[in-house]
Amino acid sequence: MQFFPFIVVGWILGIGLYGIVTSRHLIHQIVCLIVVQSSTYVLLLGVGYVTGAVAPYFYDVPVRTPAVDPVVQALALTDVVVEAAVTALLLSFAIQAHKRFGTLDPQELASLKG
Amino acid sequence: MDQLFALVVAVPLLAAAAISAAGPLLSGRRQVLDATAIGVAAAVAVMLAVIMVRTAGGDEVYWFGGFRPARGIAIGIDFEAGPLSSGLASLAAVLVTAAMTFSWRYFEGVATYYHALMLIFLAGIIGFCLTGDIFDLFVWFELMGVAAYALTAYRPEERGPIQGALNFAITNSVGAYLSLSGIALIYGRTGALNMAQIGVFIDRHPLDRLVVVAFLLIISGLLIKSAIVPFHFWLADAHAVAPTPVCVLFSGVMVELGLYGIARVYWSMFGQALGHRAAISHLFLALGVLTAVTGALFCFRERHIKRLLAFSTISHAGMFLAGIALLTPLGLAGAAVYVAGHGLVKAALFLCTGIVLHRLGSVNETWLHGRGRHLRVTGVVFTAAGLGLADLPPFGTFLGKGYIDTSAGAHGLPWIIAVFLACTILAGGAVLRVAGGVFYGLGDAPSEDPEMARAAAEETSETASGKQRTPLTMIIPPAVLVLAALVIGVITRLGPVVQAAAIRFEDQAGYNATVLAGAHIAHPVAIAAAEPTGITAADVLAGTGSALGAVILALAALYWRRLPVLRRGYEPGVGLTEPLRRFQSGVVNDYVTWIVLGLACLGGICALAIGLLGSV
Repeated sequence: MQFFPFIVVGWILGIGLYGIVTSRHLIHQIVCLIVVQSSTYVLLLGVGYVTGAVAPYFYDVPVRTPAVDPVVQALALTDVVVEAAVTALLLSFAIQAHKRFGTLDPQELASLKG
Repeated sequence: MDQLFALVVAVPLLAAAAISAAGPLLSGRRQVLDATAIGVAAAVAVMLAVIMVRTAGGDEVYWFGGFRPARGIAIGIDFEAGPLSSGLASLAAVLVTAAMTFSWRYFEGVATYYHALMLIFLAGIIGFCLTGDIFDLFVWFELMGVAAYALTAYRPEERGPIQGALNFAITNSVGAYLSLSGIALIYGRTGALNMAQIGVFIDRHPLDRLVVVAFLLIISGLLIKSAIVPFHFWLADAHAVAPTPVCVLFSGVMVELGLYGIARVYWSMFGQALGHRAAISHLFLALGVLTAVTGALFCFRERHIKRLLAFSTISHAGMFLAGIALLTPLGLAGAAVYVAGHGLVKAALFLCTGIVLHRLGSVNETWLHGRGRHLRVTGVVFTAAGLGLADLPPFGTFLGKGYIDTSAGAHGLPWIIAVFLACTILAGGAVLRVAGGVFYGLGDAPSEDPEMARAAAEETSETASGKQRTPLTMIIPPAVLVLAALVIGVITRLGPVVQAAAIRFEDQAGYNATVLAGAHIAHPVAIAAAEPTGITAADVLAGTGSALGAVILALAALYWRRLPVLRRGYEPGVGLTEPLRRFQSGVVNDYVTWIVLGLACLGGICALAIGLLGSV
């Protein structure tokens, strides 16, 4: 049971990468990139779920209260912020590509070769 | 005085925010906008130079908010500055200053976000160089990345920039997420995010597989950023389409930052645990040599000047990686000096290319043949920078290359010297061929490749071309940069200082003591066998030889059609790269496929090399 989150991480990472490699549509490809990033959320939260340990900062509640590591939650939150910035930027590129060239297919968009 | 460490990132970030906020007010006042951005970048460069000089006698640590380690346990977030890290950051600040000065007259109408993005990019680079926290390393990496993606697509109305930026952003984001996975795993194992703290934990416990997997994941993102073959495909696309002043930063420091990150991560956390194994060293040496050779071959056959310079950067990145992978202080010192020298001359080359684009409206070498004769000063600066790229003594590039060669020779790898000599001659020869053809009209125009001509023809709207004069603000920055590359090669004190800094950089116990116990270590005990440190007559001969070889190769490339011995219709170098060139498809799907395949191979080889599958 302890390894279950990590198997899920591997699966999400794998399907995300598969999606990026095979995608013929930019929006789909960007969503696949988000899927790849989602694997890091699960990984962080999985890492933070430790049985039998004490949370590093404990305040205002009885010491035996079940808690999870708050550091990984802070990391996951930062990760979400990063994702929001990258995704917004990539989607704006996709909008530009569609507006100017009328295509969202990475293969049709490719003008640089060699 | 310690506040300097916080100010070097706070100042550019705050200035970027202020410029963005005041955007509507400033849009009509270019002078104010440009002067502010140049002033901020120059001030940051001075602050970083002060830090570099101050830390020459021992690394310094700054704890944000005063959260110092308690009983040897890091609870805060620190900046750890040594001469190598602050030196790389100040190189970035100098290049940003030069690029901003250049773009003053280069862009006719410029949006305020260009200045803001350049300053954010600079802040990301500086934070990445100085941070002592592994998660912050990822955050700065992404900050730098997002600014770089946006700068690549500075002209979103064209097809090339959108495609280049998408390829750049998707490949580098995949890399960043792999690095983040590695960071999460290492946190799960060690419960720490401070690099020194992690290093102490890994040292005190037997090496386990998870740590090795985490190491591979962390460096995979950095390998993609540093454009190591087979992760290099995005670089040429991004360079070809990004505005020329931005290319200065991409080639001059961004690629090298990935390699710096690998070195930092290796020597602060994993070095002792992995035991500096020969297998690791050989694996990365092989990657470095493969990258150097591939980059040089592609560089020589390229006709699009910006892409040509981009492939030369890939070739040099391979040599830097090899210098680091020797795992010796001299190799690392050589890589550091080489990065500085290369960054300065490569920046000058890109800026001169920008002047050519500004005046003549093209970056197609074939079309430009003989048309740049009247750009005399630009031609002289470009040629000087090209000779610097070919390691002509006493340029800084020669000094760095000499150290790497000496270290490789001392460790029984003399074949590396020969391979790198050939790579330098190829890349330098390609640049000098451009110089001779464009600025002096020597020989015949190189043959036209219709596909390359089309790509080069798209390069027109970046600046209002066909100008009659070159503004002084455009020609002075490259000239100063070339002079700086010369100066760092002739400062005799530089060598010993950089070598001492490299010994400190590779001293993991010293790094831990500096960060966690507040130690001030000026002279660490030598951690490797004593090496020859000076530059010998053989190095001078090799440097002069490579520059001479590059000149001869350039002349041969320009005049080969007139040589009776060669059969007509033979195109040098094409046969070698034509099959490989099909891989450079411009489609991001293919690039990510290469990343996945490359990482799978890397992981497999590492697993076998470290005995991961065995008894570890």
